[in-house]
Amino acid sequence: MRALLQSTHLTYGQKTQTIIKMLGEFSDPILDTRWLFVSLVRKADNKENVMNSEVYKESPVVHQPAFIDGHSVEIPILKILQQDGSVYDGADLPNIDQALATKIYKTLAFHRVLDERMVGAQRQGRISFYMAALGEEAASVGGAAGLEDQDMIMAQYREQGALMYRGFALEDFMNQMFSNEKDLGKGRQMPIHYGSNELNYMTISSPLGTQIPQAAGYAYGQKLQGKDAVTLCYFGEGAASEGDFHAGLNMAAVHRAPVIFFCRNNGYAISTPSDEQFVGNGIASRGVGYGIKTLRIDGNDILAVLKATQLAREYALKENKPVIIEAMSYRLGAHSTSDDPSGYRTREEEAKWQAHDPILRMKNWMLANKWWDEEQEVSLFESLREEVLAAVKVAEKIDKPPVEDLVTDVYDQVPKHLQSQLDELKQHIKKYPESYPFTAGRIK
Amino acid sequence: MAQMNLLHAINNALDIAMAENDSALCFGEDVGHFGGVFRATSGLQEKYGKARCFNTPLVEQGIIGFANGLAAQGSTPIAEIQFADYIFPAFDQIVNEAAKFRYRSGNEFNVGNLTIRSPYGGGIAGGLYHSQSPEAYFAHTPGLKVVVPRNPYQAKGLLLAAIRDDNPVVFFEPKRLYRASIGEVPEEDYQLPLGKAEVVKQGTDITVLAWGAQMEIVEKAIEMAANEGISCELIDLRTILPWDVETIAASVMKTGRLVISQEAPLTAGFASEIAATIQSECFLHLESPIARVCGMDTPYPLALEKEYVADHLKTYEAIKQSVNY
Repeated sequence: MRALLQSTHLTYGQKTQTIIKMLGEFSDPILDTRWLFVSLVRKADNKENVMNSEVYKESPVVHQPAFIDGHSVEIPILKILQQDGSVYDGADLPNIDQALATKIYKTLAFHRVLDERMVGAQRQGRISFYMAALGEEAASVGGAAGLEDQDMIMAQYREQGALMYRGFALEDFMNQMFSNEKDLGKGRQMPIHYGSNELNYMTISSPLGTQIPQAAGYAYGQKLQGKDAVTLCYFGEGAASEGDFHAGLNMAAVHRAPVIFFCRNNGYAISTPSDEQFVGNGIASRGVGYGIKTLRIDGNDILAVLKATQLAREYALKENKPVIIEAMSYRLGAHSTSDDPSGYRTREEEAKWQAHDPILRMKNWMLANKWWDEEQEVSLFESLREEVLAAVKVAEKIDKPPVEDLVTDVYDQVPKHLQSQLDELKQHIKKYPESYPFTAGRIK
Repeated sequence: MAQMNLLHAINNALDIAMAENDSALCFGEDVGHFGGVFRATSGLQEKYGKARCFNTPLVEQGIIGFANGLAAQGSTPIAEIQFADYIFPAFDQIVNEAAKFRYRSGNEFNVGNLTIRSPYGGGIAGGLYHSQSPEAYFAHTPGLKVVVPRNPYQAKGLLLAAIRDDNPVVFFEPKRLYRASIGEVPEEDYQLPLGKAEVVKQGTDITVLAWGAQMEIVEKAIEMAANEGISCELIDLRTILPWDVETIAASVMKTGRLVISQEAPLTAGFASEIAATIQSECFLHLESPIARVCGMDTPYPLALEKEYVADHLKTYEAIKQSVNY
């Protein structure tokens, strides 16, 4: 057996076949131990496989050890738009006209107003939780604007801008945040966990990074079925430490899935700064390691975000390969309404980034193009604030979901044991109606 | 009808599923050209191409994450985890993602097309990490179905049902029986119902319940009991989640006694759940305490495997004690 394993003239497959045949002739009662030998063959042949790979053939040969520095990959950063609204010399603009620019700008404005109002609503105790994206709205809105409507977006949680761009209505946002019976998610998830099948925006899941390998699979399915569509997957630089990030990138690269991995590197994972999250050259360097086409951009530069996404989509679709974009930005607000950034960073640091406001930058460009003026600006923000306030007042008065929604959608149909648990619960609620005011009055 | 071993039956079911549905895909570690370490996917890549039957990198969370994405997209992924002992890196993708996909989105999205196959169980000198029976971990997760077949006929019919069921299913295959269990299996397409136990043998004195590879062991035990004049009613649970309370309760109301035999360790194993439910359903009909014959509460051993397992003798003893209580 050992001689067979060590032989160099047989391939892995031949060795395996020989062993399986040999084992088949034994009258060993534990026939299935044959897999153990098979895995031994795999180990023995591992080295040979690497040596035969293309990578090895391309390596220059040295006779003195030559370590490669972990920071030796230089990664440039794409910038198109300056803060004053002028375009850098030599920069190529993305495909954009006044109509698209106006749609993007109005979405950015809506985003900022919604965040501002809902953080306020949380402080007043009207909703339980909120996550603003102050300062990094360009990454989500610009990313969605670089896609087609049929492309799937699988986001982390701070990308409500992409959903706004796709046309998720103000009432839909409100119904989700107030967990009322009109919420598409049936009031089951904490605020900001939006999702819409119609708008190709996958429902948000709290566990970090889980959408990354899923996006690889989703895109692989799109490719196999010949769809003119890609998947865009958002995540933060903190989530890129999760195993699912590495799993997902490798799966996508190996299986050639047309997926755009879009990292929002906003400097912080709750309170942990990125220099305590990783040591290498950002998230972009991971892309290089997995053999994935990689681009780093200024995430506060709406034109760079749009350009990057448009090019990534074209490439992913044409080559059936993944792309990774690392958008450098800064989370100006708190992680969520449950934390206070003054405990882990300075006012000076925040002020420095306030000067890079992506929305102001786009506004300056719009003004310079004469596609926008101050009068429109004032009237847009005023009407948005009024609309949001009015929508809050409507959504908070809508009933909670009916008690039956506790047991639907666990399976495609309600199984017997869940039906009987529900029946028991209803009897209990009827007995103590004052303790269950949302549902007691509606139980037949 | 044809003579098939359990692997042939699985392979045959996968072949049928892939032939009828262009979006059905089989993938996992060594699943492609090599056909899986046990050969369950043998010949499928040759027949359906590399795009539909393929090797994946060694990353279980990646395999199930990828499968979740495919299922959400509308494809029919049949993912293999090479050993159930290695399913834990994918635990989050199974219990937090697959199981909750439909619920958390209000049915905007679901992964009902997902099937996860994985060889489980001991008796093959596999030690700690090639022997475990982790069904109870998954049975604790609403949204999943968990299925374990006992022989080739059951394996084919239940696997086809699992693949076509509109819920994510974890399908544990008894690897000790892959080649050891041979039986008549129809070559054509058929399905066996999920969520339904099967009364394999009628009896009057005591109900004996098991699933998967443990069924073979329990059969030996009830033969020994029969020689002493004890009539056992033998039931194969088949689906662990959601499980068939009615069939088990009806049998225990008739016999008044229940022995549950499982490969997995005793504490918080699925036998415990069954015992709790049946004592509540059948309290006034019980003639003796419900007995659980299980693996010991240790990691799965190697040299002392024979001593550790819930074998036919331990099951036989439990039957006798119950009847003589």
